Amino acid sequence: MGRKTPLFSLHQELNARIVDFGGWDMPVQYGSQIGEHHAVRRGAGVFDVSHMCVIDLEGARARAFLERLIANDVGKLKVPGKALYSCLLQEDGGILDDLIVYYLSESFFRVVVNAGTRDKDLAWIRRHAQAFGVTVTERADLAMLAVQGPEARAKAAQLLPPAGVAAALALVPFSAAAVGNWFVARTGYTGEDGFEIMMPAADAVPAWRSLNSLGVASCGLGARDTLRLEAGMNLYGNDMDASTQPYESGLAWTVALERPRDFIGRAALEPLARSGSPRKLVGLLLTDRGVLRSHQQVLVPGVGEGEITSGTFSPTLERSIALARVPAGTQAVVQVDIRGKLLNARVVKPPFVRFGRALITLS
Amino acid sequence: MSQLPQDLKYTKSHEWVRTRPDGTLEIGITDHAQHALGDLVFVEVPEGGRSVTAGDACAVVESVKAASDVYAPVSGEVLEGNGQLAAAPETVNTDAYGAGWLYRLRPAAGALAAAALLSAADYQKVLDAEGG
Repeated sequence: MGRKTPLFSLHQELNARIVDFGGWDMPVQYGSQIGEHHAVRRGAGVFDVSHMCVIDLEGARARAFLERLIANDVGKLKVPGKALYSCLLQEDGGILDDLIVYYLSESFFRVVVNAGTRDKDLAWIRRHAQAFGVTVTERADLAMLAVQGPEARAKAAQLLPPAGVAAALALVPFSAAAVGNWFVARTGYTGEDGFEIMMPAADAVPAWRSLNSLGVASCGLGARDTLRLEAGMNLYGNDMDASTQPYESGLAWTVALERPRDFIGRAALEPLARSGSPRKLVGLLLTDRGVLRSHQQVLVPGVGEGEITSGTFSPTLERSIALARVPAGTQAVVQVDIRGKLLNARVVKPPFVRFGRALITLS
Repeated sequence: MSQLPQDLKYTKSHEWVRTRPDGTLEIGITDHAQHALGDLVFVEVPEGGRSVTAGDACAVVESVKAASDVYAPVSGEVLEGNGQLAAAPETVNTDAYGAGWLYRLRPAAGALAAAALLSAADYQKVLDAEGG
């Protein structure tokens, strides 16, 4: 028996298939996983992401703490409400987790980290916060719903108090605002527009039912995974972990070395930034028939070998796609060992799909 | 709940076996299996002429989530794989016991009698024991 979110009983009522995810009993699908995927690409879907860990950082030196803690530059957060994606690094540059940090005020930042890394992250953050006098509060009292899809914001806005609707709909991408006692962020993990809404746990079930009645489909972690992979977004534990660094994980854009800022992991990354990482994370499109899966071996003729870190059948493209860690010299075409057969795949630049449309050519 | 045609035989690994009028066998996966797997997106069936031994992995069904082997319930020679599934793997979801058959097999002499196949009632007990 794993941990349960405030929506667990509702998932059971909706006949969800429940699986363990990072120690949590979570819905993987309610009906057809492909149907849920298309609902998000074409209309709107709602995901229970309450298993993710919301952490509030409060104190006069909260910004200084984050400058030390994360690899991206919290100095980019100039307007209250803005959000930033970053890695949390070890001293050796290995990735402890990826997270989103929201700037609420100079003395108040909110961080959302992954469910499976919750305890490790909290211990790490608390340890490093001490020197800055920053208070670290795990917000286990909050539920989080991700409402995603081209119709998601308009549908979700109907749940908000009338006074808050305009503010929520005015949010620019990657920003957030408090609306009553809800925290509404224009963020997501699907490659579609939408909101992620943090709310008191007791509000979660009525909010979900209201969304369903507005035509927003209940969606499980299965569809969430195919959507994020089409969107070219990494999954912690699959595409990167403590044994890999950002430059070999497609995350160079999140490492900010421009300012002389002493963040944890910087000393290990600077030489790599100069010399280049020996490996890189690329997108693959299978040109033969089959399905790419994590841990399949990738053969790069004349260059070396790599490994698929996430692979699936893409419901939008109706082809198999993957992220793979391969030698830096990998060019246009690779082979993948699938049950002893070598199948051809083309190297492509993620994302594969954004806002409902293919961003790569299939031929 | 899963539907279980009474005229078929079954395996603990969730294959079904139909004996055709000419004595050859048609083999697929059960409705329970397709439901557990979810939306199928790729099916690899054996080619005609291949010899298989009972228990061999000889077909693969892949859903969005994962790949699963399908085992030969009976030893024999594959006559043909279901070529329609390459373009329409979802047929296994929608018609597991009909158009979603995976391959046809000519059983080796005595192989059918030797195979440990289950009646519909006994397969139902397997499902009950699995909580299905």
